[in-house]
Amino acid sequence: MTKILSVKNLVIKFHTFDGVVHALNNVSFDLQKGETLAIVGESGSGKSVSMLSLLHLLPMPPAKIENGEAWFYGAGKEPVDLLKLNRSGISKIRGGKIGFIFQDALSALNPVMTIGRQISESTMEHLGLSHAKAKEKTIKLLDRVGIPGARQRYDNFPHQFSGGMRQRVMIAVSMACNPKIVIADEPTTALDVTVQAQIVDLTKELQKEFKIAVVWITHDLGVVAGMADRVLVMYAGAPVEIAEAQDLYANPQHPYTIGLMNALPSVKGHEDSRLTSIDGMPPDLMEEPHHCQFAWRCPYTFDRCWKEIPQQIMVGENHVVSCFFDVENRRPRGHV
Amino acid sequence: MDNEAIIKSTGSRIDEEVEGGIWSKFVYVWRLLYRDKAGMLGLAMFLIVVATAVFSPVLSPYDPLKQDLMAAKQPPAWSEKGTMAHILGTDNLGRDMLSRIIYGSRVSLTVGFFGVLIACSLGMTIGLISGYIGGRVDSFIMGGVNMILALPYLVFVVFIASILGRSLFNVILIFGFTNIPIFARITRGEVLRLRESGFVESALSIGATRTRILYSHILPNLLGPLITIATFEMSGMIFYEAGLGFLGLSVPPSTPSWGNMLASGRQYLTIYPWIATFPGLAIVFTGLGMNLFGDWLRDVLDPRLRRTKR
Amino acid sequence: MSEHIRSQKPDSTTENQIMVRVQNLKKHFPITKGIIWSKQVGAVKAVNNVSFDIMKGETLGVVGESGCGKSTTGRAILNLLKPTSGKVFLEDIEITALNDNELRHLRPRMQMIFQDSYDSLNPRHSVAKIIAEPMVVNKTGSPAEIRDRVMELLELVGLNPNHAVRYPHEFSGGQRQRINIAKALALNPDFIVCDEPISALDVSIQAQIVNLFQDLQDQLGLTYLFIAHDLSMVQHISHRVAVMYLGQIMELTSCKNLSDNPLHPYTQSLMSAVPIPDPTRERNRTRIILEGEVPSPSSPPRGCVFHNRCPIAKDFCGDKMPEYKEIIPDHFLACHLADDKGGSLITV
Repeated sequence: MTKILSVKNLVIKFHTFDGVVHALNNVSFDLQKGETLAIVGESGSGKSVSMLSLLHLLPMPPAKIENGEAWFYGAGKEPVDLLKLNRSGISKIRGGKIGFIFQDALSALNPVMTIGRQISESTMEHLGLSHAKAKEKTIKLLDRVGIPGARQRYDNFPHQFSGGMRQRVMIAVSMACNPKIVIADEPTTALDVTVQAQIVDLTKELQKEFKIAVVWITHDLGVVAGMADRVLVMYAGAPVEIAEAQDLYANPQHPYTIGLMNALPSVKGHEDSRLTSIDGMPPDLMEEPHHCQFAWRCPYTFDRCWKEIPQQIMVGENHVVSCFFDVENRRPRGHV
Repeated sequence: MDNEAIIKSTGSRIDEEVEGGIWSKFVYVWRLLYRDKAGMLGLAMFLIVVATAVFSPVLSPYDPLKQDLMAAKQPPAWSEKGTMAHILGTDNLGRDMLSRIIYGSRVSLTVGFFGVLIACSLGMTIGLISGYIGGRVDSFIMGGVNMILALPYLVFVVFIASILGRSLFNVILIFGFTNIPIFARITRGEVLRLRESGFVESALSIGATRTRILYSHILPNLLGPLITIATFEMSGMIFYEAGLGFLGLSVPPSTPSWGNMLASGRQYLTIYPWIATFPGLAIVFTGLGMNLFGDWLRDVLDPRLRRTKR
Repeated sequence: MSEHIRSQKPDSTTENQIMVRVQNLKKHFPITKGIIWSKQVGAVKAVNNVSFDIMKGETLGVVGESGCGKSTTGRAILNLLKPTSGKVFLEDIEITALNDNELRHLRPRMQMIFQDSYDSLNPRHSVAKIIAEPMVVNKTGSPAEIRDRVMELLELVGLNPNHAVRYPHEFSGGQRQRINIAKALALNPDFIVCDEPISALDVSIQAQIVNLFQDLQDQLGLTYLFIAHDLSMVQHISHRVAVMYLGQIMELTSCKNLSDNPLHPYTQSLMSAVPIPDPTRERNRTRIILEGEVPSPSSPPRGCVFHNRCPIAKDFCGDKMPEYKEIIPDHFLACHLADDKGGSLITV
């Protein structure tokens, strides 16, 4: 496997009216060619911020990238650091080499431009296609994402589509320019569960067909199980666990991941059991972290947890966890 | 309960307690002001104008009506022929500019304050009736309001002012009544929004009466937006009063008002520019202060904006 | 409390006592044209002929996709929206026959918790004032008594009583929902409609609130109508579940029946679309993926409202709406393809 994206030590702060929000604290991860990486976390965990910042989509100010690199290996022979690119450099990659699927398709699509034009113009710009070729490609793509009567609907405006269809258009937009990576930011959260299943399946098919690496940002551990190759769990602005999906669900290592899994009801209907909740609530990001951010809510804390920020520790093949405690064996991990 | 126990039981890490009472609220407002320097500046400017109006007799060195033709058209103190006796110079009839500007603030603020008072109280009542009762009443009232708003404002005001004649009372009435539609429309919009809000539905579900919902839930939430609009409207009225004065339709000519001063300075604009410049600056100063202050109020009076606004 | 095991059925002593009975409930919103001389040109049939009972101490879950009328059903039951037709009983009182004044006196017995925990709290009131309001409105005691009760309620829902002086925007989503729950409990209601109370919350907080709902039910013997779109949460908290589609109930049965033997093709596809948090099982299951999306409730399909998306529909399904009936004990269904003897569909 080869890397397509490598994020190193990303630190982002928001300088707001009330003080400094420590949105991301030292985030590092790799994305392999053609894989699906799910980023799972609750609101405020920094899951969206981490990806938005790579494409310069965060409002700056208040956001400020304090540290970090993001090497993208898909633009030419040499890797480029996305964070160092200037405005024209990033706009070549954004929408071209890296596509984006937003949660709210209605506000992400231009309301006064037909969807056909929105897609074909981006292919003309990024791939240098002629007008006629771009139109043909767009119609083919719309057809591929399951828009019935693609040729007629080429001239429709976004509001003329239903929620699920609009999300399909959004997928077509993101994949129009043969991207290397597609970032999907909670693409199914606003959709009904039957439509969500359609969209998940469609994304999986297209990913295989076009060999795209997909970053699927979500709060729903259920959706992730069916589609992700690897899962990155985030909490309070830092990754707490990265593992292959099968491994993560069978053998979660971080107390937060374990807590999340237990907090889910089983579909099989153990309606006579109680959910195991995680006590407390996420920490206030206004305070600069000096220790493990999960320590407030963790049932396994010991003195070290309140003194240092845990580093990433390899606990198995492709399984990294940021925790001082070995939950399985009920003892602190050795120094690494 | 120690901190740990609070975390476990409430899911909360907030351990420091907010002390109730007036003093803490004052400190809180001061902190909000301190963070928004423009708002602080605006408030300071506004307070200066208010203080000037209140303490006019103390602050002004001369009687603003006293004419001294011997000392007419004296330039400000810092120019070549100026004297320290008249810091901002004198006008064409030898009245002290500084004293007239200080007294002029009284007219401007009186018109602004009472005009807004009339417009806001009547407009709010009409808007409340329209929004809360709805149906035919609403269509009827809003039809009238939109008709008035469709008239060209300045022409309308000038027309009425020239019929009624020049007096402070008339000017207040004109601005008070012509601004009712704006307050009525904003109130109605807010009422419609609040009527659909969750907490009103929630109040209905506990058996609250319509009167209670109006007083306890809708009115308090109306105050924020209305106070903000009132600030902007007040600065608007001060501008328009000056405009009317310039056209010779505001308070009687002898009364020191910024508009009247502008009017009398107009014909000397090229030779004795200070006669029109200083009242102009006073108007700009007041308007700018109130608008900056209004911007800050808008952000602060909406509790949702407090946390997110940068 | 954490070791508490929840009983499958409501307490046997209260069993079969009906708390709420809904009969042929309809709520249609007129579509009008014209500004002054408006006339009705159609209707959004948000709730169309819905009937069910809720037992004392029971949680009845209502699931369905957006626009299926589940929230409208909840509001129509409480008469927050006046039903177009149909009857609703709270024990033996016919709610739908009461006038405004009588209804106001009945309000304390039935409460509602809303989805948007922020929007349902007045931003200008302190938490103490918010929770006290139901008691002030209904004059249940002296100011001192009410203040004590507010503190008691805050502790009951797991909030720090010292936070009573704060304002809603100072709390997190989960805490705000706790405030809403405390407010709903202030008048000791018998019946609470919970309209998607956990949908807007984070996963780890959802579990806290769901547990709180269950604890309160056990302590206070509450009856819930629990509306949600998340089938797995609804199955977890409910004793019985009603599945709604385009304003009608498709299937209503116990949670166990629903997961073991879902009969309606819509229920089956809904169940199969819910993602399972287990990669191995999730990847190896067969899914029934429905075509298309939910039609608009202003122009529902003729006949069975589901027939145009139904994977097993027959020609006659479009002729008339199937009757909603109890095909086997405790299992209600609205489908033409149900066997007369029940238990399975004619062709699956």
